[in-house]
Amino acid sequence: MRSTSVKVVVTAFALASLAACGTSSSDDDGGGTGAGSKADISAPLDPKTKVSLTIDCMPPKAKAAERRQWNEDVKAFNKKYPNVTIDGKSTAGQCEEPARFTAALKAKSQPDVFYTYFTDLQQVLDNNCAEDITPYVTKKTVPALDSIDPNVLAALKKDSKLYGLPTSNYTMGLLINRKLFKQAGLDPDKPPTTWAEVRTAAKKIAGLGNGISGYGEYSAENTGGWHFTATMYGLGGDVVTPDGKKAAFNDATGKQVAKQLHDMRWKDNSMGKTQLLKWGDLQKQIASDKLGMFLAAPDDVTYMVQQLGADYANFGMGPIPGGKATLFGGNDYMIKKGSSPDKIKAAIAWLNFKTLTPAKGQFDWPRTKEDKLPVGLPQPNFFTGTVKTDDLQSRTDNATMPVRNFEPFMANPVRGKAEPPKAQEVYKVLDNVMSGVLTNKNADVDKLLSSAEQQVNQVLANQ
Amino acid sequence: MSAPTLPAKPRQSAPPARKHQLTPRDGSLTRTVKRHLSAHGFLIGAVLCFSFFSWYPMVREFLLAFQKTKDGRTTWAGWSNLTYVFNDPAFWQAWRNTLLFTALALLLGFAVPFLIAVLLNEFRHGQGYLRMLVYLPVMLPPVASVLLFKYFYDPGYGLFNRILGVFGIPEQQWLQSTDTAMLSVVIAATWMNMGGATLIYLASLQGVPGELYEAAELDGAGLWRKIWHVTIPQTRLILSLMFLMQIIATMQVFTEPFLLTNGAGPEGSTTTVVYLIYQYAFNFNNYGGAAALGLVLLVLLAAFSAVYVRLSRASDD
Repeated sequence: MRSTSVKVVVTAFALASLAACGTSSSDDDGGGTGAGSKADISAPLDPKTKVSLTIDCMPPKAKAAERRQWNEDVKAFNKKYPNVTIDGKSTAGQCEEPARFTAALKAKSQPDVFYTYFTDLQQVLDNNCAEDITPYVTKKTVPALDSIDPNVLAALKKDSKLYGLPTSNYTMGLLINRKLFKQAGLDPDKPPTTWAEVRTAAKKIAGLGNGISGYGEYSAENTGGWHFTATMYGLGGDVVTPDGKKAAFNDATGKQVAKQLHDMRWKDNSMGKTQLLKWGDLQKQIASDKLGMFLAAPDDVTYMVQQLGADYANFGMGPIPGGKATLFGGNDYMIKKGSSPDKIKAAIAWLNFKTLTPAKGQFDWPRTKEDKLPVGLPQPNFFTGTVKTDDLQSRTDNATMPVRNFEPFMANPVRGKAEPPKAQEVYKVLDNVMSGVLTNKNADVDKLLSSAEQQVNQVLANQ
Repeated sequence: MSAPTLPAKPRQSAPPARKHQLTPRDGSLTRTVKRHLSAHGFLIGAVLCFSFFSWYPMVREFLLAFQKTKDGRTTWAGWSNLTYVFNDPAFWQAWRNTLLFTALALLLGFAVPFLIAVLLNEFRHGQGYLRMLVYLPVMLPPVASVLLFKYFYDPGYGLFNRILGVFGIPEQQWLQSTDTAMLSVVIAATWMNMGGATLIYLASLQGVPGELYEAAELDGAGLWRKIWHVTIPQTRLILSLMFLMQIIATMQVFTEPFLLTNGAGPEGSTTTVVYLIYQYAFNFNNYGGAAALGLVLLVLLAAFSAVYVRLSRASDD
């Protein structure tokens, strides 16, 4: 008897192993049932339609207030669409970690509604992972559609087809530590606007001693190349030619970018000894009053306050030095390829409710203030016209931080410019230029740029 | 009080060898299947899991090396992935770095544990304690060890520069200079991994007959002559095996440079071949390139492994 039981258990285990190894966790049943299935795809979802959706980026339990807001929004959404089941998926760290995201795309295991960066579009399309939602996104399904900045929507299109809906966007500027500015005798209400001014201010801040750096830069994990690109844009340069086929940074502007960083690091000694920094490192330095300035997007401040315990009042922002153009990017949601029309409609209805309705969802600033979350940062800012004006007014009225600290950034908007094609590969190559000038006193700028140019040309030739 | 004497147990004879029972000689097929049900159950589970998680990915990797995916379409790409990989300037840099790591790791990671084992072998007392001390770093999680070294190496406030400062030596850039980055990675890797190698060498040294050393001493041999004429010849096979295993392991180095220098290091000076594979796959979404480079590495390591297997057989004999 006992031996039979053991055999049964072992056989069951083997079958369970078979099942565990062989079945996919994805359960894409094709979506919904109900009246909506055969309706016009440009029409909103029929509330009687039964659909279940898995959605990325639900705030984790550790973010209690954001999680509560998510649950409230699901409840409110279900009043209109009682048959739509929202199954949120949360991750402890960033909503999208490139390595995990890449693997998920290859395995087609991403949720029905998945979170991406603007720069991911080509990768998603290469893996045949997103639905073309062009016919579904109309004035009826997304009433604020005409108020969304066309540049933002353009980042989510390929060959005039729309593949995503934005949740946030950013443009880069110069983030400053107001306390260090004051200590160094600088005016924190007037952040530097040219690189000459940045260099002077950085020297003064580094002069405070005690391990304080005036200016900080990344040079690892592709973030060095990302900032090199942003600095180039600020000076009116570019990293690739307009047709996207050749490198364009090995010119006078590229040399200026590399040379000025080299001089700040080695001649002025205003950039600190520890280099090869990546995203998160500079935020820690500035949050602990060890760094005066670095290029950043406003949402870095949220990270510094919520994760690192910094104080909103200690930070301010000015436009990107040079002010010719600034790098823009952002985040969005896409819908898994193979989803049924009802599923797509339900996803769009949810995204419209949560992220694209002025004064609701993520733009419900009175609620955000009540929950003691940040209100008053200049971004996300992807609406235009009166919607934008009303939204900014509501932010100011409910601000939980000194909005005027960001006035120099807001009052001097710089034209946003999209990231280059093959952005991550180009950035990786340009990391070498950044790490070269920041770690090697005798760096040969011309050689670094020409070697990087050769590599980027090869990357672009293989598109 | 003496312990009570227990009656001696009758010595059990060895169980008779089981007859080969895989064929239904003594019963029906059903009975045989029933008899081996649990064994097959275990076997099926293991085989399936290996199939899905080890063998299938290997076959898939091989196929991917000759495929390209663009706009959702996967097509056969012939040798183009390999051509791409060979034409990538980072490819040669990664190989140079990997070979440099291997050479340095052999110099340090091979010699240092052997010398420590020889010294430990000389101690008559407290050997267990010393062995534990040497093995301790292996028990630390690699990430913790690496972070420890990252702090030691920091040019601003790191321990190593503080120590150098005491002797009036100017501070070094350690991980942040193309001249020292790889060496710094090797030092950290050697410290993290030498415990295991030391114990293997020590076990081998303890198998060397003591009379050989006594004879050498009678002939007037000092420590170095004893090592050269007795220790090394007697442990030659283990040394050869460890040498090859070290080559195979170091050519796949990933964790240490990935954690210490974010993979690339200054001007890409610590980018290794395996990191480049990771980068192709997960940063550049170039699975074909990653698989092709994996294949190149596989061929090279297979050659080393063949030598290793040959040597293992010789050692068994």
